[in-house]
Amino acid sequence: MIRKIVYSIFLATIVLALVMFFAAYPFGKNKMTVGEYYLNNGVAQTGASNIVTSVVVDYRGFDTLGEVSVLFGAAAGVAILFFVLAENRRERKNITSPNFVVKVGSRIIFPFILLFGTYIFIHGHLTPGGGFQGGSIIASGFLLLYLAYPGTRVSRKKLSAVEGLAGLTFVLLGLYGLMLPESSFLFNFLPKGQLNALLSAGILPIIYIAIGFKVAAEFAGIVDDMMCEVICRGGEK
Amino acid sequence: MIYYLGSFLLIAIGLYAIIIKKNLIKILIGLNLAASGVNLLIVSIGYIKNGTAPIFSKIGINPSAMVDPIPQALTLTAIVIDASELALAVAFVVLLYRHYGTLDIKKIRSLKW
Amino acid sequence: MIYISWILIILMLILAVVSIQLKNLIAAVVAMGATSLIISLLFLLLQAPDVAMAEASIGAALTMIIYIIGVRETERSEK
Repeated sequence: MIRKIVYSIFLATIVLALVMFFAAYPFGKNKMTVGEYYLNNGVAQTGASNIVTSVVVDYRGFDTLGEVSVLFGAAAGVAILFFVLAENRRERKNITSPNFVVKVGSRIIFPFILLFGTYIFIHGHLTPGGGFQGGSIIASGFLLLYLAYPGTRVSRKKLSAVEGLAGLTFVLLGLYGLMLPESSFLFNFLPKGQLNALLSAGILPIIYIAIGFKVAAEFAGIVDDMMCEVICRGGEK
Repeated sequence: MIYYLGSFLLIAIGLYAIIIKKNLIKILIGLNLAASGVNLLIVSIGYIKNGTAPIFSKIGINPSAMVDPIPQALTLTAIVIDASELALAVAFVVLLYRHYGTLDIKKIRSLKW
Repeated sequence: MIYISWILIILMLILAVVSIQLKNLIAAVVAMGATSLIISLLFLLLQAPDVAMAEASIGAALTMIIYIIGVRETERSEK
């Protein structure tokens, strides 16, 4: 009991410190200088109409590369933990078969989920959305497939091939920019095109499509490991 | 202003769960709630009154009336990293449960405090 | 219209408290997913559609399913 009181005082102190700190930053008033610079010059410099995309892929593209590597590390960690370190491998057990409606409905809806995800990451530089969102939508489509047909397995070799090719595209585009006269990593060397056209913004859509494939493959791999844990070795509790 | 207050309280609720709860899944839920609170706080710093989303969907939109794009870009990557790290944490919890047969951190010797 | 954000934030806090107080872990995880969904609505109100889409698809769907599988592999309820 005394522990709870002590920790409540501790949390109240943290909240009070946050309130006092953020009293200097009034809600809804002014922006950061960097943000204003990106808003004023982003369209001219990158050609993408969605400024969040141009910040994620162009201005902070190196950051995004690191983030994708963290994602790869986490997915590899899940796979290693479940497949290498797992001790008591049990036999495959039957789990409850899903409803008829779920089976037929998921078969109808699965291509549309893939199409929607693809639309979202192809139009990442024009409308809200992009590689991360589209990739996770595609991964949730795979999740629906697992729920409807518990025996499904996605081929791990194909998943890692997609993942590796997407990551390679990102890195090679970045390194190609380093070889040009005005060299910088991830230099936007393709023509900018017209604002709000599908083929615009240089290498931004290509990189975002690569990120989309990579995120979809990583999350589908994580979901595959998790579902296999239930189906292949799990069973009813 | 209510956004600031809400995210402070969400962070506090998450930290409370991390500190007080004994169940490992509950601790992870608290971690997730605290991370969501931080994301909400960062995005609400970049908001300006009557602002529009930072997308030039039509020609002639005033850039000075747009909200700040940088917190949104940072939060976007943070959400994806959160999800993958929490998947890793759930994998660890499952293996811990197989090894020790319990989710209570008081009974797991190496995590005792 | 102004009070929508108040209602959503109060609902979000209630769901967060519920999700850490429930004994049934599956119900707690579902309450956490509902919290994420409300947070994505708040992102939409804060004019951040990109973040709202990411939170709705990753935070509410994928994370919740991963937790549910984790709970299924371990214990159903907190003792």
